[in-house]
Amino acid sequence: MLYRENGQFKISYADDQQILPILQDRWFMLALLAFAYLGLPALASDYTLRALILPFLILAIAAIGLNILVGYCGQISLGTAAFMAVGAYAAYNIVIRAPVLNFIVVLFLAGGVAALVGVLFGIPSLRIKGLYLAVATLAAQFFVDWMFARVKWFTDYSPSGSVSTAPIEMFGWKVESPLDKYLLVLTLAVVLTLAAKNLVRGHIGRSWMAMRDMDVAAEVIGIRPLYAKLTAFAVSSFYAGVAGALWGFVHLGAWEPLAFNINLSLNLLFMIIIGGMGSLLGAYFGAAFIVLLPILLNQIPGWFGIPIDVALASHLELIIFGSLIVFFLIVEPHGLARLWAIGKEKLRLWPFPH
Amino acid sequence: MTLTALQRNWPVVALIAALLAGAAAPLVFGLSAPGFYLEVLLGGLMSGVLYSLVALGFVLIFKASGVFNFAQGAMVLFAALALARMSEVMPLGIAFVLAIAIMALFAWLVERLVLRHLVNQDAVVLLMATLGVTYFLDGFGQMVWGSDIYQIETGLPKTPILVLEKVFDGGILINSEDFVAAAVAGLLVLALAIFFQKTPTGRALRAVADDHQAAQSIGIPLNRIWVIVWTVAGFVALVAGMVWGSKLGVQFSLSLIALKALPVVILGGFTSVPGAILGGLIIGVGEKFAEVFLAPIAVQQFDLAGGGIENWFAYVLALLFLLVRPEGLFGDKHIDRV
Repeated sequence: MLYRENGQFKISYADDQQILPILQDRWFMLALLAFAYLGLPALASDYTLRALILPFLILAIAAIGLNILVGYCGQISLGTAAFMAVGAYAAYNIVIRAPVLNFIVVLFLAGGVAALVGVLFGIPSLRIKGLYLAVATLAAQFFVDWMFARVKWFTDYSPSGSVSTAPIEMFGWKVESPLDKYLLVLTLAVVLTLAAKNLVRGHIGRSWMAMRDMDVAAEVIGIRPLYAKLTAFAVSSFYAGVAGALWGFVHLGAWEPLAFNINLSLNLLFMIIIGGMGSLLGAYFGAAFIVLLPILLNQIPGWFGIPIDVALASHLELIIFGSLIVFFLIVEPHGLARLWAIGKEKLRLWPFPH
Repeated sequence: MTLTALQRNWPVVALIAALLAGAAAPLVFGLSAPGFYLEVLLGGLMSGVLYSLVALGFVLIFKASGVFNFAQGAMVLFAALALARMSEVMPLGIAFVLAIAIMALFAWLVERLVLRHLVNQDAVVLLMATLGVTYFLDGFGQMVWGSDIYQIETGLPKTPILVLEKVFDGGILINSEDFVAAAVAGLLVLALAIFFQKTPTGRALRAVADDHQAAQSIGIPLNRIWVIVWTVAGFVALVAGMVWGSKLGVQFSLSLIALKALPVVILGGFTSVPGAILGGLIIGVGEKFAEVFLAPIAVQQFDLAGGGIENWFAYVLALLFLLVRPEGLFGDKHIDRV
């Protein structure tokens, strides 16, 4: 009853083109943003912000990047963590070599470096397709893992191979407490999501989708595969790079190359598949699911007071995680975003069945 | 091959020539003694055989069901764990048969609970489903069988033998176990070839691989074929697990060899059994050569913190191949139609 677009007429071009065409959706989004900026800081403890919300937001940014590549452009990538690593190490090197730069500038430069590397590893996509490409992107993963572990320059000749960062400071604002970090990451996530939304509904996003749906047909109607595929790789890697820099500087603080290993890549792929391919909202759903699930699984035995030994718990976690993923794929292969869309559709008709 | 065929395939010819040149380079530039060179070559071939075994499992499943089975590595680990733990309490032969039964049960469960519900889904969804199966198997296997390092006692001689002492200075050191492993792998491939070419089931499998719909319309039961092919892949995984396990001990890192087998599969072509074998040998030798001959030079030249280039060398090698032949060495050539 409450959720209707009746009487909301689109009387200008701008009305017709807006991102959220239904008034109630706009109010919901405003309420959500208000809650994120005002409600959550007041309600959530430091632990919740640091251990749950921060990784969720940062991984959501990376998942948006991967979704642009896989969900919108149809190029399966198993190497996202590599581009995150490039972003993180690029940011680290920029900070220690040019400390005067503002952190925002550093972030965007790091994203730019990651985008360049992404384009480099995206070049094979012009020739290799589908699952062959998926395996070929693993080359990026293993090469980058190796590079940051072995080439000493990247880690500033640190003897252990791990790097650590100083707290971020910009515009006189020292980003130190979990709340500060949260606000920084939240703002970036909002800005980047908005940018991604506008990219995917514009000319470039449409050429990505045409590439995904049928590359030969897209080429026939005049979309250049070189341009479409490489921009997808560049934008995707840019997002991954920014997310990687945030992961290193804001979430971890100190890290070693193992922080960006293949498991992270696979988890990101899980996020967009469980969340929903080709949906920005899905990236958030998926990130929430994958971040929360292991923590939840760890907590459950404690709630019931069942003593459980650590090895068994970690094995059980693997079993449940694997089963749930298969379960979700079977029940809703189009992801949580599809469930959300179905829910909205039902709400519009409620209380009538159709 | 006629001359025109050679001319048409010149990129492949050029690549193979470059590969051979790369392989011969250590000898030509005098980086190693001929004896040592042969030892490295043999070592590479041996590990290549083992990569081929794992890759074979991938190829079988991909051919019959179009599923890119990421769980192959986990299956190797699971089968090896089952075999190792059961052989502690019973003779190896009985344990082996029981392990086959377990893998068949696993194949049936996968078909029943996972694949049947995901017919007609995207390739990437199927890939992720097998990743889910991987997590499950890793957890389940270690929970049931334990997560220590176990030994499989195959009763094979482990003493290294020296051969060709007369030809080379000091002779060549060869692990006799490796020879048995290579022989087992060869026998397995032969048995599979006969199974695929000569038996009715094998014919049905090939029909399904060619065209799912056509096969179904002439009465080949797809579901049963999938169970069979996953069982065969499970059997291959068991053999691979036994060979690797008896060499290095059965432990969690065994499941990571799936990642080593992936470049083998793309190099050989997803749909080609000979491709998996040849690809395995190329990757095995290439990797060993890179680690032994190339890595020290790289470390010296660029002041690296240690070699370890074998982690990515196989992938880069496979990538180079793919740039020349996007469908792998022997994969089906794909013609896109609108």
